[in-house]
Amino acid sequence: MATGHFKQGIAGGRLSPEVYAENFSDLHPPLDAHEALVEADRCYFCYDAPCMKACPTSIDIPLFIRQIATGNPIGSAKTIFDQNILGGMCARVCPTETLCEEACVREAAEGKPVQIGRLQRYSTDIAMEEGKQFYERAAPSGRKIAVVGAGPAGLAAAHRLARYGHDVTVLEAKEKSGGLNEYGIAAYKSTDDFAQAEVDYVTAIGGIDIQNGKMLGRDFQLSDIVKDYDAVFLGMGLGGINALSAEGEDANGVVNAVEFISVLRQARDLAALPIGRRVVVIGGGMTAIDAAMQSKLLGADEVTICYRRGQEHMNASEFEQDLAASNGVTIRHWLQPKRVISEDGKVSGIELEYTALDGDKLAGTGETVTLAADQVFKAIGQSFVPASLNGSGAALELEGGRIKVDAEGRTSLAKVWAGGDCVRAGEDLTVTSVAQGRDAAESIHKALTANGRA
Amino acid sequence: MADIRNNFVGIKSPNPFWLASAPPTDKAYNVIRAFKAGWGGVVWKTLGEEGPPVVNVNGPRYGAIWGADRRLLGLNNIELITDRDLQTNLREMKQVKMEWPDRALVASIMVPCEEASWKAILPLVEETGADGIELNFGCPHGMSERGMGAAVGQVPEYIEMVARWCKQYTRMPVIVKLTPNITDIRYPARAAKKGGADAVSLINTISSITSVNLDSFSPEPSIDGKGSHGGYCGPAVKPIALNMVAEIARDAETRGLPISGIGGVTTWRDAAEFLALGAGNVQVCTAAMTYGFKVVQEMISGLSNWMDEKGHRSLDDIIGRATPNVTDWQYLNLNYIAKAHIDQDACIKCGRCHIVCEDTSHQAITAMVDGVRHFEVMDDECVGCNLCVNVCPVEGCITMVPLAAGEMDERTGKPVSPIYANWTTHPNNPMAKVAAE
Repeated sequence: MATGHFKQGIAGGRLSPEVYAENFSDLHPPLDAHEALVEADRCYFCYDAPCMKACPTSIDIPLFIRQIATGNPIGSAKTIFDQNILGGMCARVCPTETLCEEACVREAAEGKPVQIGRLQRYSTDIAMEEGKQFYERAAPSGRKIAVVGAGPAGLAAAHRLARYGHDVTVLEAKEKSGGLNEYGIAAYKSTDDFAQAEVDYVTAIGGIDIQNGKMLGRDFQLSDIVKDYDAVFLGMGLGGINALSAEGEDANGVVNAVEFISVLRQARDLAALPIGRRVVVIGGGMTAIDAAMQSKLLGADEVTICYRRGQEHMNASEFEQDLAASNGVTIRHWLQPKRVISEDGKVSGIELEYTALDGDKLAGTGETVTLAADQVFKAIGQSFVPASLNGSGAALELEGGRIKVDAEGRTSLAKVWAGGDCVRAGEDLTVTSVAQGRDAAESIHKALTANGRA
Repeated sequence: MADIRNNFVGIKSPNPFWLASAPPTDKAYNVIRAFKAGWGGVVWKTLGEEGPPVVNVNGPRYGAIWGADRRLLGLNNIELITDRDLQTNLREMKQVKMEWPDRALVASIMVPCEEASWKAILPLVEETGADGIELNFGCPHGMSERGMGAAVGQVPEYIEMVARWCKQYTRMPVIVKLTPNITDIRYPARAAKKGGADAVSLINTISSITSVNLDSFSPEPSIDGKGSHGGYCGPAVKPIALNMVAEIARDAETRGLPISGIGGVTTWRDAAEFLALGAGNVQVCTAAMTYGFKVVQEMISGLSNWMDEKGHRSLDDIIGRATPNVTDWQYLNLNYIAKAHIDQDACIKCGRCHIVCEDTSHQAITAMVDGVRHFEVMDDECVGCNLCVNVCPVEGCITMVPLAAGEMDERTGKPVSPIYANWTTHPNNPMAKVAAE
């Protein structure tokens, strides 16, 4: 019987324990002290630094790097946390190649930016390992604030509010806190249970009560918390996933990529995780790459990403595409799913149609190709599920299917702010969510205390 | 191909690169390795008086400062003169000179400032066949506490006196090694010349503490929790050495006195600069102590290739070529006007030129133009100070462009004068010499 890579169908135990461990180890191992000094010295300490502007949380990057260069990693960590209390996770998961590192002047100069993400990890790791807390709570304000969702937006908001002396209750639907940091994101970007360590680090400030297993719309209603708390911050993620709109997509073996990643992140034993011998991933964003990469790392023999537009249209960064390609993932463009082929109720292949742009409009060309597949992952985008919001009371105004907020994160309802993936503004990135949570917290504090004065 | 053979006060060597008197030249083993690697000559590690040799500390002798990648920029030492028996050194010197007749071998000597001491050691050294002697009046640490080394080099009268004794008691060329730990290097150089010395060599090391250990609060290098100033050398001291060499080369009283240039010579380019400022050859130590003896091979080929490229046939073509261009500030042409110019294609927009100009200089570089980050020199504010050039990380991106005579200087609103004019005749100078009517 075929074993390992060659096991037919969807199966676990394709690799040896050592290979699983190696495959899911840190993608970018931490810099050691000397590497960090050498890399930090490459920073030009730019004036009005482009990297800083490219960072959604506006971390003072030249300053934190200079602090590393001068042997002051603790000062460096504080510079980072002042702007971004989840700086540790952002250092691991930010697509720096399209943010700070893309803007780095050394990218312009020599195509080799300063490795800002890895440097950020260097100093935040040191501070977090030492359990160094930089912020003390202000005197209790007597105000109570509810935060819905313990993901990056909720945690950033909770921390900033707790700093101001407010009492924060975080209501989280899942068993564990961290949101996509815990349940999303490729495993090799967040090793050693870092997401939970970060939740502990953030909540160590005190005044933050996280209640897990509390789901909006199921366990409590928005109208209740609006009544019971002085302010509410909504920081939910995207609960829905887009359908393939392909014939036969209900077949056994067609899987939601987000769900796959979530299961993988929670898996204790990767060998027990079944994966197809031949995997096709439909989509062109980070989720598609993460699903494809991890399929390959779990031992899938053939992994193909099919994206309906061209390489230049992919949401996944070039770095991510290269990473997948170098791990043996095939990326095919101008293909859209037409029909999932099943045998005995199980996926056996997928028929795709070639596409082309007709002006601005994408259209099938009529020509098709069929790929053998035991497993098909859907990664063509997620959507916000607003149903939970409006169980009772006034309805929140939406915009493009997500919660509408102003520049400070205020929703259409009084006392209610929102941020993170559930709002329309900004890219769906951890770092964007942190910025939105933080800024909404500032706005809440200002509103509750008459322009910041308690 | 350029001829880089060297003749320094009659001492011949196949190239102008000598190892300075220091740890690398303490014994035959090292010196032979150096000669095999290609060094043109050595100044043997300083010999002391006959009798029980000096002792060194048994903890660290060196301290250093580094760039970010641990590139050694400056080295400091508290090692004393040779701690080997005089006779052993003399025997080895004789043997090495016999085996390597084409290489220069100079003996460095440090004995008390008494005529008898010098009179006693000189014949012993002469007997080895050494090509010359170098009087160590330079080491600032340890021996200076005993009235030798820099303690002598800081008193021109002593320099003159000892140089005279040496000229009297030996046929060998006498090179006086000077300490930079003095306010005006010309005085000791003049004293050496007056005493009849054939040459001076400089600089010896600079008194220094490289760092302080912030846990123990001991200076480094630390000996059982205490430190003592050492002698500083390496790339960091080169600019100081270049100036001192030039001062002696252009001084009316010492002009023409041969100089062996020492201080941070690390590459062929450093050596060429010393030669251009008037050194007849160079001595190297820290570069060898950082990378080993092989570095001389880069120095030889680099110097030789540069000379070929520029059409210099021998060292005489380059020695002292820059000396006439070293002048006093008061003679600099105040009608020479240059403006910084930023090559926008080369600019990577780091903004450093702007912020240093804005914060610390003349507010002459833009940061934002029409809402876009853009760094451009404002000629009406630029005084041509060159700071932006020095801080720009891209070589050649910012250049100083001289204005031609007749061109408008937008800062002053006056056209550039074609006439050379300096401070001595400037109307703002209360001491201005009025031109004869």
